[in-house]
Amino acid sequence: MAGAIFLICLGFGSESIQASRILHVLGTAVWGQASLDSVGDPSEIIILQVRLPRLLLAFLVGGSLSLVGVVLQALLRNPLADPFVIGISSGAALGAALALLLGLGVAVGTISALPVCAFLGALGSLMLVYRLSATHMGFSVHTLLLAGVVVNAIFSALILFLTSVADPNKTFGMYAWLMGTLTGPDYVTVMILGGYLTLGLGVLIRQAQFLNLLTLGEETARSLGVEVERVKKVVFLMSALVTGGVVAFSGLIGFVGLIVPHAIRLWVSADHRLLMPLSGLAGGAFLMVADTVARTLLSPVELPVGVVTALVGGPVFLYLLMQRKVGNIS
Amino acid sequence: MNVGEGQPLLSIPPAMTVRGVSFTYGVRQSPSVAPVLDCIQSVIPSGQIVGILGPNGSGKSTFLKLLAGLLKPRKGVISLFGDSLEQLSAREVAKRVAFVPQETLQVFPFTIAEMVLMGRSPHHGGWGGWHWEDREDREIATAAMQELDVQHLGNRFVTDVSGGERQRAVIARALAQQPQVLLLDEPTAFLDLHHQLDIAKILRRLNRERGLTVVLVSHDVNLVSQYCDTILLLHQGRIIQEGAPGAVIREEVLQEVYGCSVLVDRHPQSGLPRVSLPVCG
Repeated sequence: MAGAIFLICLGFGSESIQASRILHVLGTAVWGQASLDSVGDPSEIIILQVRLPRLLLAFLVGGSLSLVGVVLQALLRNPLADPFVIGISSGAALGAALALLLGLGVAVGTISALPVCAFLGALGSLMLVYRLSATHMGFSVHTLLLAGVVVNAIFSALILFLTSVADPNKTFGMYAWLMGTLTGPDYVTVMILGGYLTLGLGVLIRQAQFLNLLTLGEETARSLGVEVERVKKVVFLMSALVTGGVVAFSGLIGFVGLIVPHAIRLWVSADHRLLMPLSGLAGGAFLMVADTVARTLLSPVELPVGVVTALVGGPVFLYLLMQRKVGNIS
Repeated sequence: MNVGEGQPLLSIPPAMTVRGVSFTYGVRQSPSVAPVLDCIQSVIPSGQIVGILGPNGSGKSTFLKLLAGLLKPRKGVISLFGDSLEQLSAREVAKRVAFVPQETLQVFPFTIAEMVLMGRSPHHGGWGGWHWEDREDREIATAAMQELDVQHLGNRFVTDVSGGERQRAVIARALAQQPQVLLLDEPTAFLDLHHQLDIAKILRRLNRERGLTVVLVSHDVNLVSQYCDTILLLHQGRIIQEGAPGAVIREEVLQEVYGCSVLVDRHPQSGLPRVSLPVCG
């Protein structure tokens, strides 16, 4: 299904391209049967140079955000947790913004320093929010959300402050990035991010059964043989790594990690061994669609994809919050 | 070391021994703070049902969590069939000791069957915890569900069943661990009379048929008196009395520990001590 969505999204755009043409171009690219008549064909350039890397990036980012959402929900035992909602993404953004504005990105090499700073920002805010909302009785749902809101506000203010005092040449494009954007990646970027995320997500998916047990509470998890502190450390580090990577390359895209896992839990299973891979795939597909909508809705003007996900995810979040109030969940 | 001092000589090795165990919550150890448990010395005989009684704040639940390996003693050693708990990994403890908490947190929609199957988790290792249960695991979990009469609820969500049903499912999960020792914190606290009796009968049957050692914490003095072989009475972090119900459940002992007078007579069927609250005024 993710594959079909992939093809459909490749076709949509200000230049509409037929499915047979897409398959032909992809086939040619993959199997290397270069035919002379396709040289300089605009649709080939659009597909291979513009839309394909962008869709791949959307898939990676969407899948990662959704998976990290699942992991945070298990760790905090709260179905409303999402890297954006509880302030992890804005921590990563602050780290990335600092790196950009201080010129670390250039000094250490464009690729390496940015995600590292984003990772440190994400880890810092994750630990802060965790500390704020953990009590000896477990986690308070409302403290967690409030802590997330305030951490978000503070970090956003800091980012805007940095942007205001910094050299305008350096902050160019920063506002779009803060709203979440998947514009113009090249294959190198996509591959580097892909490798980076595969590491983090691979380690996280391996913890699936431990996360199942952690949803029952730390004490119960431990009584069922989980080395809780060790698993928590791994989960903290890897969630921050993935969130940092995603934010460094695509900015703040919210609510993907909230909507997608909720739907999979509802329709398939709460078992993390199924939930995690499926949320990854579905999250990737979801963001490919959201980005296609962002590209085409007001074409030729492009919306930041974060606007689309927030407009869809925000109401879903409020709906879930209302359900909790009624006492349906928990 | 004074081996065997004040302890009965047993032909079967005890399931658990507790030697000089003290415990305080919090990181800092200040001399002014009284420890929750103070130099506890005790033996959990194998194949018995042991009840832990005591007023609020006497350290009952803390003691149970220490036995489960969920807390580490500040001082002293707890051993499980001769092995020190602290030397065992969480997984090794979980293969031999099952813990049923007072309340179970349920946020996500797992089915009862999935939850019971999680009890098999400690018996699988390898690859960072990733594994799928095999046929044998499913059979063990199904048997545990039948034992607790929850197999018909297998496909229901844990979030949708009643408190009594959930408690039985959690005990089924504990049985699926195939433990040698079963620890329960207030297993009947939120249950009506019918379900209280159910749980008591089930524990008694598991104990008699499988030789399972059971340790339970309870506020219900009569329940403990009826169904336990040995009673530990805790007061201010110390074991005040230890022994058979007839020896522990006495008016003067309860008066001292609970600070109020109660009536103790005999249960009409079993002849075991029965506690009643006095008439007010």
